[in-house]
Amino acid sequence: MSSPMDGPMDGDRHGSASRWAGGPMSEPAEGAATAGDPVLLIRDVTKVYGEGEATVRALRGVSLTVEPGDYVAIMGASGSGKSTLMNIIGCLDVPTAGTYLLGGVDVGALDEVRQARVRNRRIGFIFQSFNLIPRMTALANVELPLAYGGVRAAERRRRALAALGLVGLSDRVGHQPNELSGGQQQRVAVARALVTSPTLLLADEPTGALDSTSTRDVLAIFDRLSLGGRTIVVITHEDDVAAHAKRVVRLMDGRIVDDRRQAPVDGPPPLIGDRPATGAMSER
Amino acid sequence: MNVLEITRFAVRGLTANKMRSILTMLGILIGVAAVILLVAVGQGSSDVIKQRIQSLGANTLTVSASFSGGFGGPAGRGGGGAAGPRTQARGLTLEDARAIASSGDAPSVKSVSPLVTSSSATTTYEGASHSISQVVGTYPSYFEATNKSVTSGAYFTNQDVTAVRKVVVIGKTVADELFGQVDPVGKKVNIQGAGFTVVGVLKESGSTGGQDADDVAVAPLPAVQQSLTGYGSLGGIVVQATSAETTDAAEAEITAILDQRHEITGSATADYRILNQASLQETVTEATGTFTVLLAAVAAISLLVGGIGITNIMLVTVTERTREIGIRKAIGAPRGAILGQFLIEATLLSLVGGLLGVGVAVAGSRFTIAGVQPVIVPQSIVLALGVSVAIGLFFGSYPANRAAKLRPIEALRFE
Ligand SMILES: Nc1ncnc2c1ncn2[C@@H]1O[C@H](COP(=O)(O)OP(=O)(O)O)[C@@H](O)[C@H]1O
Ligand SMILES: [Mg+2]
Repeated sequence: MSSPMDGPMDGDRHGSASRWAGGPMSEPAEGAATAGDPVLLIRDVTKVYGEGEATVRALRGVSLTVEPGDYVAIMGASGSGKSTLMNIIGCLDVPTAGTYLLGGVDVGALDEVRQARVRNRRIGFIFQSFNLIPRMTALANVELPLAYGGVRAAERRRRALAALGLVGLSDRVGHQPNELSGGQQQRVAVARALVTSPTLLLADEPTGALDSTSTRDVLAIFDRLSLGGRTIVVITHEDDVAAHAKRVVRLMDGRIVDDRRQAPVDGPPPLIGDRPATGAMSER
Repeated sequence: MNVLEITRFAVRGLTANKMRSILTMLGILIGVAAVILLVAVGQGSSDVIKQRIQSLGANTLTVSASFSGGFGGPAGRGGGGAAGPRTQARGLTLEDARAIASSGDAPSVKSVSPLVTSSSATTTYEGASHSISQVVGTYPSYFEATNKSVTSGAYFTNQDVTAVRKVVVIGKTVADELFGQVDPVGKKVNIQGAGFTVVGVLKESGSTGGQDADDVAVAPLPAVQQSLTGYGSLGGIVVQATSAETTDAAEAEITAILDQRHEITGSATADYRILNQASLQETVTEATGTFTVLLAAVAAISLLVGGIGITNIMLVTVTERTREIGIRKAIGAPRGAILGQFLIEATLLSLVGGLLGVGVAVAGSRFTIAGVQPVIVPQSIVLALGVSVAIGLFFGSYPANRAAKLRPIEALRFE
C-alpha cells in the first residue's frame, strides 16, 4: 500500500459546520440512512457470468460495509471484479448470490419502479466513459435525473445550475458533450451524479480517460464533496487517485484481499490540504 | 415525470434523425392518403351512378321486350328469333302501352310513354353534320317521367303527336355540334333525310363515364316511326308511378296487364321485362359498396406496410440508442418512462404521418381521378387515422417494450 501522504489526521482540520455544507447537496437525500445504518452493506456477494464452460466467477464472496461520510477507493488489477462490484452497488446489475443493503434497505427485493427510484435519488453514478447523452446540452444532461425524479422545471434548472457551478462549469451550461473536453464532460457527469443529492456517489475509474490536469480537477471536487460529508466509493487502479480516499480496499480475483484505512471516517479526506478549497461548496 | 416531459424526450428523439423520421412518416402518409382517396373514389363513382339512375327519372319503370337485348338499343322488329322456351314471343306494341294507360287495373301508374329509338342518326343543318347517338320517338309525358327539362324553347305537345308533326327537342351536344352559338329553336334540321323543326333544347345532364347523355333528340312517336324506325314493335315503354312508394305496386299492375295480353301463364317466361329504378338503384348501391370495400382493402394493405416501416424504424432506433437507454436507466428512468418515450415516438410518427396523409387526401380529392370526382367519406378519415395511430402503438410497442425491459448494465454494455 503506497500512501505518499500520511499527514496528521486530527479532527480540527474540519469544522462540523462544513460536514453538511450548503449547496445543491444540502437537501436531505430521500430515504437517507438513519444514523446507525451503514450507507452500504454487502454480505457474501457473488457474481457468475455465463453458463457451462464459459462461466466466469467475477465475484467470489465479497463483504463490505461503508459508513456514512466515508471515502472508499476500490483498487485491483484489471479483471479483478471491480466494475462488477460497482455495478451491483449502483443497482445497474444484480448479484448471483448474497445480500446488498443500501441504507438498510434490501435493494434486490424492490420492484422495478422502486429500484429506478433508488438509482435516481440515492445513487450518483460516474462512469469512466462519461456517458453523457449526446445532442443534449450540459444543463439538460444534468437536469435529466431531476426530470425523472419529478422535480419541477424551475427548481430543476436552479439545482442543475448550482451543480454545474459546483464543478466549475457555469460558463459551459449550453454546450453539448461534443463541444466539451474530456475533463469538462466528466465534470458534467459529476454534476449530474450530484444533482439529486444522492446518499452514495459511485465512480468507476472516473479519471481513467482524463489527462493529469482534468484528473486533478475531478479529484479536487471529490475531496470537497467528501469534506462536505458525502459518501463516495471510487474505483481506480492508480495509486495517486487512491491516495485521496480515506479507505482503500483491494480486490483480487473477486475477493477482498486488503482493506486499509488512511483517514478516519468523520475526518477530512487525506489530501484536502494540497489544494485550497474553493468557495464553490457553499454557492447556491 | 409527467407525460409532457416524456413527450418532449420523444420529440427530441424524432428530430435527432429527421430524414429517417420523415421517410417513416411518408410510409404512413401514403397509406392513410390511399385509404381515404380510394374510398373517396369509390364513393364518388357510386354517387355518379346513383345520380344517373335518378336522372333517368324517379319512380320510373321501364318495360322492354326481353328478346330485344334490353332497353335503349334499336328496337327489334318483328320479334322473331327469341331464345328460351317461349314459343310466341311478341314485341311490345302501342296497344300494350294503351292497355296500361287506359286500364283501370293500374291505379299506381301516373303516365305511360311508349318509345321507339333510332341510334346514330345522321343529322344536318346547313353545312354542319352530326350523328345523334340516340333519337327517341315518344309522347310528351316522357319528359316528366325521365326528368328532362328544356332550357330554351318548349316540349312538343300531344297535338304534335296526333298530327304527326315533325318537331324535335334536341340535347345540348346536338345543339352545340349543329348550331354552335346560334339559337336552334325554330330552325329546321334534317334527320336521316327527314326534315324536323327544333322546338326546344334540353337542359344539360352531363356526360358520365363515356356515354354522352346530351347527345339525344326527342320527337313525337309517330313522326319518328314514319321517318326513321318504321311501324314495328316499340323499343320500350316508360311508365311513371304515382310516387316512389308505389313503384313496386305499379310493377305488379303492369305485369298483370302484360301477362294477360301476351298470354303468359304459370311456367312460361315473360317476353318482356320491367326495369324498376328503385330496385336497380339498390343493386347498384350494393355493387359499388363492394367495389369501395375492395379499394379500401387494397389501401389498407399499404397502411399495414407503413406500419411495418414504423416497427422497423423503431427497432433500429431502439438498437441504436440502447446505450442512451442504459444511461437513462442508470440515472433513474423507470421502465414506464422509457416505454412511454418510445411509444410516443412511434405514435407521433404515425399520427403526424396520418394527419399529413389526410391533408394529401383532401387536397387530392379536388382532382378528378380516373374520370371520377372523389367524394371524401368522413368515416374513412377517422378510420384511417385511428388505424394508423393504432398501428404506431401496436408496432411500436414491441421495440419499446424490448428497450424498457433491458437491465441498465445490459444496455450500457451494448456496442
Ligand atoms: N458481461 C460479462 N460477461 C462475462 N464476463 C464478464 C462480463 N463482465 C465482466 N466479465 C468478467 O468478469 C471479470 C471481472 O470483470 P470486471 O468486473 O469488469 O473487472 P475490472 O473492472 O476489475 O477490470 C473479468 O474476468 C471479466 O472478463
Ligand atoms: Mg472495470
